[in-house]
This record gives sequence, C-alpha cells and structure tokens, in this order.
Amino acid sequence: MRISAMIRRVLKEMIRDKRTLALMMIAPLFILTLVYFLFQSNNNQTATLGVRNVDSSLVKAVKNDNLKVRQITSDKSAKSIIRDKDYAGVLTQKDQKLTLTLQNSDQTKSGLLKKSLQQAQVKLKMQAAASGLKAQKEVIAAQAKALKAIQETMGAGAQNSGVKAPASLKAAKASAYSVNTHYLYGSSDSTFFDTILPIMIGFVVFFFVFLISGIALLKERTTGTLNRLLATPIKRGEIIAGYLSGYGIFAFIQTVVIVLYTMYVFKIQILGSVWYVILINILLAFVALALGLLISTFAASEFQMVQFIPIVVIPQIFFSGIVPLDQMASWLRPIAHIMPLYYGAQSMSDVITKGAGFFDIWGDLLVLVGFAALFLILNLLTMRKYRQV
Amino acid sequence: MNTILVKDLQQGYGKTIVLKDINLTVSAGEILALIGPSGSGKTTLVNTIMGMLKPHQGEVTVLNQSMPNRKLLAKIGFMAQTDALYDTLTARENLTFFGQMMGVKRDDLKKQIKYATDIVNLGPHLNKYVGSYSGGMKRRLSLAISLISDPELLILDEPTVGIDPELRQQIWTELHKTAKAGKTILLTTHVMEDAEQADQIMMIRRGEAIAQGTPDSLISEFGVSSVEEAFLKAGRQQDENLSND
Repeated sequence: MRISAMIRRVLKEMIRDKRTLALMMIAPLFILTLVYFLFQSNNNQTATLGVRNVDSSLVKAVKNDNLKVRQITSDKSAKSIIRDKDYAGVLTQKDQKLTLTLQNSDQTKSGLLKKSLQQAQVKLKMQAAASGLKAQKEVIAAQAKALKAIQETMGAGAQNSGVKAPASLKAAKASAYSVNTHYLYGSSDSTFFDTILPIMIGFVVFFFVFLISGIALLKERTTGTLNRLLATPIKRGEIIAGYLSGYGIFAFIQTVVIVLYTMYVFKIQILGSVWYVILINILLAFVALALGLLISTFAASEFQMVQFIPIVVIPQIFFSGIVPLDQMASWLRPIAHIMPLYYGAQSMSDVITKGAGFFDIWGDLLVLVGFAALFLILNLLTMRKYRQV
Repeated sequence: MNTILVKDLQQGYGKTIVLKDINLTVSAGEILALIGPSGSGKTTLVNTIMGMLKPHQGEVTVLNQSMPNRKLLAKIGFMAQTDALYDTLTARENLTFFGQMMGVKRDDLKKQIKYATDIVNLGPHLNKYVGSYSGGMKRRLSLAISLISDPELLILDEPTVGIDPELRQQIWTELHKTAKAGKTILLTTHVMEDAEQADQIMMIRRGEAIAQGTPDSLISEFGVSSVEEAFLKAGRQQDENLSND
C-alpha cells in the first residue's frame, strides 16, 4: 500500500516534469547518434607525404589510397616545408639513406605514413627477390641443360643431381600469396562504433539514471519532504523500494527505447538475445539508481550533486572497455573491477558483438546485483540520520 | 491519562548538548505551547517526542508507549517548520499521498480530506498545483496534512508563521474545538499571542525549561502583566543564575 502510493507519486511527479522526462528519453539517443556519426567514417583518413630526391620506384611503391604524394623541389628544411604546406610528413633521400620527418600532431597520420613506408620497402625487396629468382632460374636452366649434356655423355650414373632443379623452381612460384580474410565477429564493414556502442548504451543508461534519481532524492531532502515522510509510520525500506520501483519503471522504458533505436536506426545487429541486453541494462540502471540515491546523501545541493559526476561517473567510462583493459598498465587494471560500468559494458559487448548467452555473462550479472545490494544497504543505513528507528 | 510524558530528558547531536533536564507532562485534551527564541531547542524537543531522535538520557513516553516507536507515528499528526510539500502535485494529491502514508483507509480518505481542508479553508483550491500556492496557503495545507489521519496527538512546529490574523483566529478556534474533542496538541511558537491561547506553556531558553505552567499562573508567578513579560523576566533570572555559577 505505502510502496504503491510512493511509486504512484514518483510517476506523477516525473510525468509532469516534461523536461526531465525528455532528458531521460531523448538525450541518450542524441548522444548515441553523435557517437554514431563521429566513429562511423574514420577508415578513409588520408595523409599527405612530401618527397625529395627519392627513387621513383620507392615513390611508386609508397603510394596507396590513403596516401597522397607531393614532389618537393625547394631546398628548404623538411620542418619548414611541413609547417608551410601542412604535410603529414616529408621523406628525403641521400644516396641510400632515407630520412622521414613527421608532423606528428595527429598520431594516426604518422602511423599511416610509417606503415606505408614499411610496406613499400617490403614490396621493393620482394620485387628484387623475384627478379633475382628469375635470374637464378635462367642459370639453373642453363646448368640443367649442361648437366643433361653431361648425363648423356656419362650415362645414368649422376641422375640425382638433375632432380633438384625443378624443386627450386617451385619455391620461386610460391612467393605470390593471396589473403582471404574471415571475420569471427562482425564483418569487414565493422567500425569502431560497433565496438563502443555496447559500452555507450550501458554508459548513457547508467549516467542518466544516476543523475535523475540522485537529484530527485536530493530534492526530497532539501525541501524537507523526506523528513516529513519519515514522520509517518513508513519504513525506511519502503521509501527506498518506492524510489527504486518508480524510477526503475522509467529506467526500463529508457532502456527499451535505446535498444530499439540502436536496432532500427543504426541497424546494429545484436548477435545475442535482446532480452539479455535489456536485462543487463536494467541491472545497470538499478546500480545507478541505488548509487544515485546514496551519493545524494553526501550532497547539500543540486550543484554539489553535479560535482560528483567527475568523481563517480567519468572514471567509469575509462574503465568500461573503451580503452581495452589489456592495454592498461597492470597496476591500473584492478581498478576496473570496482567499477559497476565495467561489468555492465563487458557483458553488453559479449552479448551484442559475440552473441554470448546466459552462462557467459552470469558472473557479470551477479556482480551487478552485488553492487546494487551493497548500495541499498548503505542507503538504509544513511537514512538513519533522519529517523533513528 | 498523560498523552506525553518526558522525564529528565537530555538531548543533543554528537557531543553538543541541546536540551537538558526537561520534564513535561501533557494530558489528553490539553494544548501545550513551547515558546522560546530560535535555536533554543524547541524543534529538537519536538523531534525527540516524535521519536525521530533517540533520547541521550531520560525517557519519552507518548500515548503510554516509549519512544522512538515507528508504528505510533500513525497516531501523531505532524506539521513541520518548513512546508514539506510536493510542488508538482495538487493539494488533493498531497493530502491523498500523506493520508496513505499515515495509513488512512481508502474509504475514509475522501471524508478526511474534506474535514481537514474545511478547517483551513482550502476547499476551493484543492485541485491547484501546490507550486502555484502562496506561502500562507502552503502553511494551511501543511496543517491540513497533519489533520488528515484524525490523530490523537497533533504536533505543530511553528504553525502560525505566514498566516494572516483573521485565519490565525480561525485556526485557533478549530484547535480549541479539536482539543475539546479529546485530542492533545503540542505546538512551538515564538509569537506570544499564540502562547496565551494555550492551556499550558513551557518556556525554553538555551536548552533549559525556564518556566512552566498555565498562562495565568505564569503571569502571577513572575508578578507581571503579560506572558511576554513573564518570558523576559524568566530569561533574566536564567542569566543571573548563570553568572552566579
């Protein structure tokens, strides 16, 4: 009775607050759409390379779709040329020595140039090797002819040495590889967006639920209605349960809206079950709810609540998998394990991109349940401050 | 029967002592006014009687049950010092919500809302959002909420702040009526006119009860002509005792 009255009140307040409602439902879609466009087309970046006195064969080998080559005629230093023309790099040659000067304000472009140069060198070496083999082939053929002549004169005694020649001919042919790529997850069209989408979904759900629930309970504290509420025979647990269910309903709707949006607007293929995606997000929302309620205890105003975002929310993004965990310094890695978003994002990625089932993600889910339970217990304890029974 | 019994109460937050040696009895049907300057400990005493705070020392009994007692809160109507109302809800929704919290039965709610709003003259404004209410209207709604469960004990923290004289007179008439019906009322105030309306007065200053009794007995005890003068005199005596220590 009391809990359902609490829930109805929370729903009424929320529905009448159109702006907050819009923030909760539309802002996440806006953010995800931005992310979609930002990380969609980063494959066709091109860099410009200036070259001076470089062998034409190398220049030809360096050229590819992502690299433009400009010949330099002036005698100015490489550095000043980069500054003047905004080239990503300049390659100069003196005898057999190559010098590559990089602008390096964009590491992706620097990487692109280095990679192209390496590839070009490998290409040239292979060409050289191939022409060397051709020459060898001619020599061997000539030798074979000579041997044959000798054999004919010497009889069948030295047959063994003649057999070896065709074998080395075969080796020469084998160096022309062709690569066929198969993708275990995703396709050749997969972009960085596919990698971060599951993380972003988890993040926006977590962030908005945290913010809105935290500020809602804070308002209840600052206007005195929480005190007033505690002057009635309601149990502290009933207040928390009412809040959790009331805002839980909105969190649920929000999650469904976001998941449907990603499925039908971004055409993202969810390999696993959609229900797991929703389940994970609901759990994540509950953790955010409980954490928001708890954190609001330590804030005296809405402004102070916002101050908790850089401490409580932002670090979670870094450890949620946007930066792969195995690329982190080893002492940093354990920090991820105290971040609820890490478990949420990890299981979301598993379900969406790898088609993981319940037995693959139940460990993560359990941790999320644990976080929610921990925050709820702390909430009950901190509410003692207002009423000691 | 004593509705409220406070015995040798000492109360405080952490190590600071806010109240000491408070003894108080209020019988059924009585109106007790706690008067004292801001910061004297009135609200702390009210919170302790409500059971929001555990007594450091001494005991508090309400309706023959020792406080704190969560279930007993259903029998105590409370009006807080600040108007704790939900602005985005209408007055009716606020009353319904707090009625449900107090455990008023669904069938009685309508009747109770009418009873409570008639007392404070809010009938025509019931379906307006509280956000559009004036300060006085909010105060009246808070009072109506405290009456919603037809409680045996009413605890009102500064009920007359921001209410015009005409309405204050009206509210007092209703309070006297309620008391006659056997309900007990405890209110805090720093307005002397309010104190004069009460059956019993307890003057609190610096966490101590400096005088206690009916308005008439206090006036004759201190040999003055009004409650206000009695309060001022009692305050001076307290200061003299402190400087003698």
